[in-house]
Amino acid sequence: MMRFIVRRLLQLIPTLLGLSILLFLWLHRLPGGPETAILGERATPASRAAIRKSMGLDDPLIVQYGRFLKQLLRGDLGNSLNEKRPVLDLFLERFPGTIELTVTAMIIAIGLGIPLGYLAAKRRATWLDHLSVGASLAAVCTPIFFLGYLIKALFAVNLGWFPTFGRQDTTIDATRVTGFYVLDGIMTQEWDAALDAMHHLVLPGLTLASVPLAIIVRMTRASVLEVLGEDYVRTAEAKGLTERRIRGRHVLRNAMLPVVTVIGLLTGGLLSGAVLTETVFAFTGIGQFAAQAIDNRDYPVMMGFILIIAVVYVLVNLIVDISYSLIDPRVRVR
Amino acid sequence: MALLNVEDLTVVFGGKDRADVRAVDGVSFEVRAGEVIGLVGESGCGKSVTSLALMGLLPPKGNKVTGKAIFDDGVNLLSTDQRTLRDMRGREIAMIFQDPLSSLNPVVPIGVQVTEVLARHRGMTGERARKEAEALLDRVGIPDPRRRLKEYPHQLSGGMRQRALIAMAVACRPRLLIADEPTTALDVTIQAQILELLKELVHQDGTAMIMITHDLGVVAGLCDWINVLYAGRVVETASRHSLFAQPTHPYTHGLLASIPRLDSVRGDRLNPIPGSVRDLLPWVEGCAFAPRCERVLESCVEGPPALVGGAHAYRCVNPFGADS
Repeated sequence: MMRFIVRRLLQLIPTLLGLSILLFLWLHRLPGGPETAILGERATPASRAAIRKSMGLDDPLIVQYGRFLKQLLRGDLGNSLNEKRPVLDLFLERFPGTIELTVTAMIIAIGLGIPLGYLAAKRRATWLDHLSVGASLAAVCTPIFFLGYLIKALFAVNLGWFPTFGRQDTTIDATRVTGFYVLDGIMTQEWDAALDAMHHLVLPGLTLASVPLAIIVRMTRASVLEVLGEDYVRTAEAKGLTERRIRGRHVLRNAMLPVVTVIGLLTGGLLSGAVLTETVFAFTGIGQFAAQAIDNRDYPVMMGFILIIAVVYVLVNLIVDISYSLIDPRVRVR
Repeated sequence: MALLNVEDLTVVFGGKDRADVRAVDGVSFEVRAGEVIGLVGESGCGKSVTSLALMGLLPPKGNKVTGKAIFDDGVNLLSTDQRTLRDMRGREIAMIFQDPLSSLNPVVPIGVQVTEVLARHRGMTGERARKEAEALLDRVGIPDPRRRLKEYPHQLSGGMRQRALIAMAVACRPRLLIADEPTTALDVTIQAQILELLKELVHQDGTAMIMITHDLGVVAGLCDWINVLYAGRVVETASRHSLFAQPTHPYTHGLLASIPRLDSVRGDRLNPIPGSVRDLLPWVEGCAFAPRCERVLESCVEGPPALVGGAHAYRCVNPFGADS
C-alpha cells in the first residue's frame, strides 16, 4: 500500500512539470508580452526595452523557464499588479473561505446524492426514481449563477432566512486563528461566530452543490442498478444476510467505485464553479478574487489561480486513486 | 416423509408489454432427507428458475409464482414472507451457483464472505468465526486456509473459488443444498473433484441435494432420483438406475444418445437433438418436444400428453419400449 502511494506521488512530478511549462508559455505568449501587461499598451519602446532587460526577457527561453521554475519552487508567484503584494499571500488569505465553501458543497452533494441515488435504483420506475432523475437533470441544466441568484432571492431576500452575502456578519467580533471561520469559532469557543459562519455557508454551499449533487445521484443510481444485477448480490441473498448487510458490504461498496472517481473530478471542478458562486454571494474566496483579477488583467493573480486549481485537481485525484485502491483490491496488485 | 415437497410449481414471467412466458409449468417432485435428486434439461427448460423460485430469489417484479413447496412439513417456501425466507436461506437451505468468479464479491476477502454466514445464522464473531471459517475451508479442500481467508476472489483459481462458495453454503450444515450447474464453468478435471467433494459433504452431513445440470454424466455418478425437464415440464422421472437402464421419453433418449462416446467409430457423426426449445406456450397445442422428436405421431399434437407410468413416469404417447 505504502509503495503504491509513493509511486503515485512520484508520478505527480512529470504532471506538474508539464503544467509549469504550459503556464510559462502562456505567460510568455501574452499579447504584447509581459511588459505590456505591466506597463499597459501605451508604453514607450524605451521603457519596454528597460523592463524587458530588467525581467530578463531577452535571455534564451530555456534560461527564462529555469528561472520561472526556480521561483515557483520557492513559492514565489510574483506580485499582484493591482494590489502590489505577493500573489501567494493574497491567495493564502482567501483560500480558507473557498475550502470551507467547497467542503460544504461536497458534504451536501455526497450526503444527499448517494442515498438518493441508491433509493432511486432500489425503487426503480417509481415516483421517487422519476423525481430524482428529473430533478438532477434540471439541476445540471441550470446555470450556476442563475440558480445562485434564484436561491438568494428566495431564501435570503424574500424569506430572510439566510444572510445575502459574505462569510461573517460584520457585527460579530470573531478571533481569527486559521482563516477557516467555522473552525476558528469552534477553536476559540466563540459559538456564535461559528454558527454565523455556517449560516453564511448554507446558500452558497447549496448553489455550488447543485451540479455535483445531480451528477452523484445519477452515477450512484446507474452504478447501484448494475451491481444489483450482479451474481454476488444474489449469493449474498442466498446466504440469508440481512438487507442492511447486503446494502453496505455487497452493493454500495462495489457501486461506489465509479462514484468515487466522479467525486474526485467534481471536487476539482468545484473550484472553478466557486468563481461564479462566490461572486453571486460576495463570498471572500479565491474564486471571487480570480474573477476580479480577470477584470483587471492581473496576470500574476490569474496564473496563481490556474496553478492552484491545477495542483488541487492533481492532489484530489491522487486521493481518489488511493481511496479507489482501498476499496478495490484488484487495483492494488503489483 | 419428504424434506421438500414441490407440487405444481409454476413460474410465469410477464409484463405490461410482453406476452407471458411459462418458464416453469406445473413441476412436482419431492426430495427426501439425505437424498440427492437431479433436475436435468437443456438451456431454457426452467431448471434454474425452479431453484431460484424455491430460494425466493426471483426478482420481486415481473413474475408470478404459484404452486406449493412445503419444506419439512411446515413452511411453504413459495408463499411465506421474505423475513422467514431470509432466516432459512443459508441455514436450512443453501445454494451453490454456476460461475464462481462472478458469484463472489470481488472487493471483500474470502474470509469475511465465509464468516458473515456464521455471524448471521450461528452468532459467531471474532476469533471463533475465523477459526470456524478456517476449518470450513480446510474441509472443502482448500490448502493453507489461514492465508486464503485474507485473500480476495481474484487471487484464487477457479476450482478454489467454487470450493470457497461450497464452504459458505455448507457453513451452517443446511438440510437442503441446491447446486445450480456447479461445475459448468470449470475445467473437466476440476469438475470431477468438485462433484466428488459435494458427494462427500452431503454424505457426511446427511444433507439432501438438488443437483441442477444439463449433463447426464453429472447425475449418473451422483443422484438417487432424476427428473428430466423439457420446456418447463417434467417429461420423465425415475430412479437413476431405472432411467439409465430404460430411458423411456424420446427426449431423455436423445440426451443420452447425444453424449459423445470414446468407443464410437472414428469419423462417426455426433448425435445432436435437432432444433431448440420453443418459446411462449409450448405445451398448449400438444407435446412441446414433438417438433424435434424422431418418434412423433399425429396424436402428439392433439393436446399435451399426461405424465403416465408408476414410479418411473414419463410424459409421452409413443415412448421407447412401447413398440417392443
